[in-house]
Amino acid sequence: MRMVSPSKKILLAFRCPLSRIIDKRLNGKNKSAVNRQRFIERFKNQIKKAVADAVANRSITDIENGEKVSIPTRDISEPTFRHGSGGQREIVHPGNHDFIQGDRVPRPPSGKGRGQGKKASNSGEGLDDFVFELSKEEFMEFFFEDLALPNLVKTQLATLNENKFVRAGFTSDGVPSNINVIRSLRSAYARRIALRSPYTKRLHEAEEELNRLTAEGSDLDAHRIKELHEEIAYLKRKIAAIPFIDTFDLRYNNRIAQPKPTTQAVMFCLMDVSGSMDQAKKDMAKRFFILLYLFLTRTYEKIELVFICHHTTAKEVNEEEFFYSRETGGTVVSSALQLTLDVIKDRYPTSDWNIYVAQASDGDNWYDDSPTCKNLLINKIMPLVQYFSYIEITPDSHQSLWHEYQHVKSTFENFAMQKIETVNDIYPVFRKLFKKQAANS
Amino acid sequence: MNAKPLSTTSEWTFDLLLKYDQEISSIAADYRLDTYPNQIEIISAEQMMDAYSSVGMPLGYHHWSFGKQFLEVEKGYQRGQMGLAYEIVINSDPCIAYLMEENTIMMQALVIAHASYGHNSFFKNNYLFKQWTSADSIVDYLLFAKNYIAECEKRYGEQEVENILDSCHALMNYGVDRYKRPQKLSLRKEQIRQKEREIYLQSQVNELWSTIPNYQQKEDEQADQIFPSEPQENILYFIEKNAPLLEPWQREIVRIVRKLAQYFYPQRQTKVMNEGWATFWHYTILNKLYEKGSVTDGFMIEFLKSHTNVIYQPAFDNPYYSGINPYTLGFNMMSDIRRICENPTEEDRQWFPNIAGSDWITTLDFAMQNFKDESFIAQFLSPKVIRDLKLFTILDDDRDTHIEISAIHNEEGYRCIRQKLADQYDLSSGEPNIQIYSVDGRGDRSLTLRHFQYHRRPLSPDTVDEVLKHLARLWKFAVKLEVVTEDNRIKLINEVAIG
Repeated sequence: MRMVSPSKKILLAFRCPLSRIIDKRLNGKNKSAVNRQRFIERFKNQIKKAVADAVANRSITDIENGEKVSIPTRDISEPTFRHGSGGQREIVHPGNHDFIQGDRVPRPPSGKGRGQGKKASNSGEGLDDFVFELSKEEFMEFFFEDLALPNLVKTQLATLNENKFVRAGFTSDGVPSNINVIRSLRSAYARRIALRSPYTKRLHEAEEELNRLTAEGSDLDAHRIKELHEEIAYLKRKIAAIPFIDTFDLRYNNRIAQPKPTTQAVMFCLMDVSGSMDQAKKDMAKRFFILLYLFLTRTYEKIELVFICHHTTAKEVNEEEFFYSRETGGTVVSSALQLTLDVIKDRYPTSDWNIYVAQASDGDNWYDDSPTCKNLLINKIMPLVQYFSYIEITPDSHQSLWHEYQHVKSTFENFAMQKIETVNDIYPVFRKLFKKQAANS
Repeated sequence: MNAKPLSTTSEWTFDLLLKYDQEISSIAADYRLDTYPNQIEIISAEQMMDAYSSVGMPLGYHHWSFGKQFLEVEKGYQRGQMGLAYEIVINSDPCIAYLMEENTIMMQALVIAHASYGHNSFFKNNYLFKQWTSADSIVDYLLFAKNYIAECEKRYGEQEVENILDSCHALMNYGVDRYKRPQKLSLRKEQIRQKEREIYLQSQVNELWSTIPNYQQKEDEQADQIFPSEPQENILYFIEKNAPLLEPWQREIVRIVRKLAQYFYPQRQTKVMNEGWATFWHYTILNKLYEKGSVTDGFMIEFLKSHTNVIYQPAFDNPYYSGINPYTLGFNMMSDIRRICENPTEEDRQWFPNIAGSDWITTLDFAMQNFKDESFIAQFLSPKVIRDLKLFTILDDDRDTHIEISAIHNEEGYRCIRQKLADQYDLSSGEPNIQIYSVDGRGDRSLTLRHFQYHRRPLSPDTVDEVLKHLARLWKFAVKLEVVTEDNRIKLINEVAIG
């Protein structure tokens, strides 16, 4: 009487006069999932802001984590009519130590007259925020939403481990569409030989004896000959009755999921840190780098990041410095490209590394330098890299760099450039990249 | 009787639970506890969090506020700040109680005694519950409400429904009848009635607001009458019946929230008694189990640890103090009534001549059945309990620079403390007294509320505006709030126009 089917609502039910004990552990949990979703929906704006802050504060490589979101309690409280402070009230408290009737005590600073020991008031400012944990998936959802990614790309980035189905021998069961004809027929043949063999052996013996007896021509053997004829006919029937093919013979192509072969990639982040790039532009650039990084994590097992910032000269820096240091002065873009080239030659041979470059700038450059950039790219860098993406964060009209880069774009398929005013504009620069991956997977 | 313990380890099994339940049940019967049949459900921690966040309703409609509660519970649980699952018990017939699978057999036995026999008998016998709730039909009604609201969401959009629910929740405490007995709730009847109600109500509302006068004379008469003829304290009821522009489905949602408020109303009025009663009985029953030899010393030590945690009362100056612990107060009072009956002192004979020396089971049962927190404290709070808890009162008057200790646990103070504590548990003095006073039927159709001040206590300005906006959303015309001071002056303090 212990176990009933687990699909039943009531798993175990013991009866006694008054009580029933019911196991509901297998019933649905997450009854609150809908309510949780509603909550998140309702406070979307606050959560979005928290996600944006988190993106600004996190390292690029640390992007895929949940996040603590805090919302001011005031925003989420549900109002009801309540008494405020003031008026007269008389409240009973426990734990008197040494008060006696008629004692007069200065009003405690909280001023509410209730709950003297209480630290926080329950209204006004100074409230604890309502803090809750956004799951990794929810966090990414908000991040993607901000970037206006197409759904296909979202799913692409949201699935963590991609598997590839590869052939792995044959199995004896499967779906009809996977039947392997040759293997099936071969095993049918083997089965037929095996099942036939005792009969064929006997048949040969019988035929031999028959031949011998017929040759001798003895009358005495007439009965035996008749017997042998019957036996031969019986054995032939038996052999003919062995089925040509049986379900037992069927063989199916087997496929197993195998993690996609992964390799290593290096991602160069190039950014102009001259005075004209303010923090807002840098934050936008950061999203651009994050997106490329996320893409690469889906494709490569190991990713290294190289941060190169430049104004008139370029240097390799750590991530912290990359996003937050501020320099002044003019802009020579070719310095960064040259450094990139040097680093590639030095540390990342193309035989071992897939190289991706992402460059963000506000389009400023020394006028003379732009043709140099074009030449560097066309002659030296582009042949080495998988993909080069360039974003220009500016509301203004294009300058020389953009026009020179246009030439590069027309020459190389794997070069993408985009002018960006809001974060929504970032995605198109990767469009081709993602399309390619979608086609491969 | 039963010299061998029921179990010696802390593991529980279904067989064992059943044995404990039978044992507890027979002890409860000896003490003449009258209960609904029990339905004890074993659930996981996640499910317990779900149950917590839907205020213990076995099925609730969807609303973001429950999601908020869930996140709070989840956070607390994950940080280990709160032990989950002491008990959730539902006032239904059969009485549903939840046991969490992670708990030891001691906790399970404790919860069974506390919830399935303690709370259960309280639900079945206390006059407020008998009068105001229908334990046999609540689950049905919740199901009806959940389905109805889901249906509305499909038809009118989640946002629309959420708006109405938000507004209703803001006024939920003003959605109870205090003096009339509500109708029984049951699923089938409710569904049929809902249809009829929809048609009827809409026609009534239209009549009230009809702009074409039948007789000139009649209208003149109306002009002199204030509508409603008497102030209405059940604001949601008034809205449901009289709000001019609500759609029928919106009225039904108002009704659902109102019904739920009504269902929980007795619980809000009997917190001390209900918890005190259940705590008293788990304590008494488990001690009896121990006396009979059914449980081991280890079991008992574990039990006493939990029990002391439950009835822990930090003093007023302790950082953890957050008011009087209803478990402590209730348990102390219940235990004290037994003491007064069994071993009365001279003081008890003087204070409680009727119960001192009487049969404690009968007396306690009488107290449980016929009182609510306010009257229970006024009747039964003894000087001994006041001394034990060292209760004192603070008079806080905003016209005074200091606060004053107005009574302590001494001969002069007992009655005062008893009175003040009883008042403190009177919902009508704790919540602002706000009633619907009039509707300007011939003018701008505005609705006027009146706040009857008590001890000059004002409304909290942080929320008044918000709540009035919610009310205006339901009424769909301007809403005004007047305050009536204790010397009968009337002042308009707030007005929310409809945009």
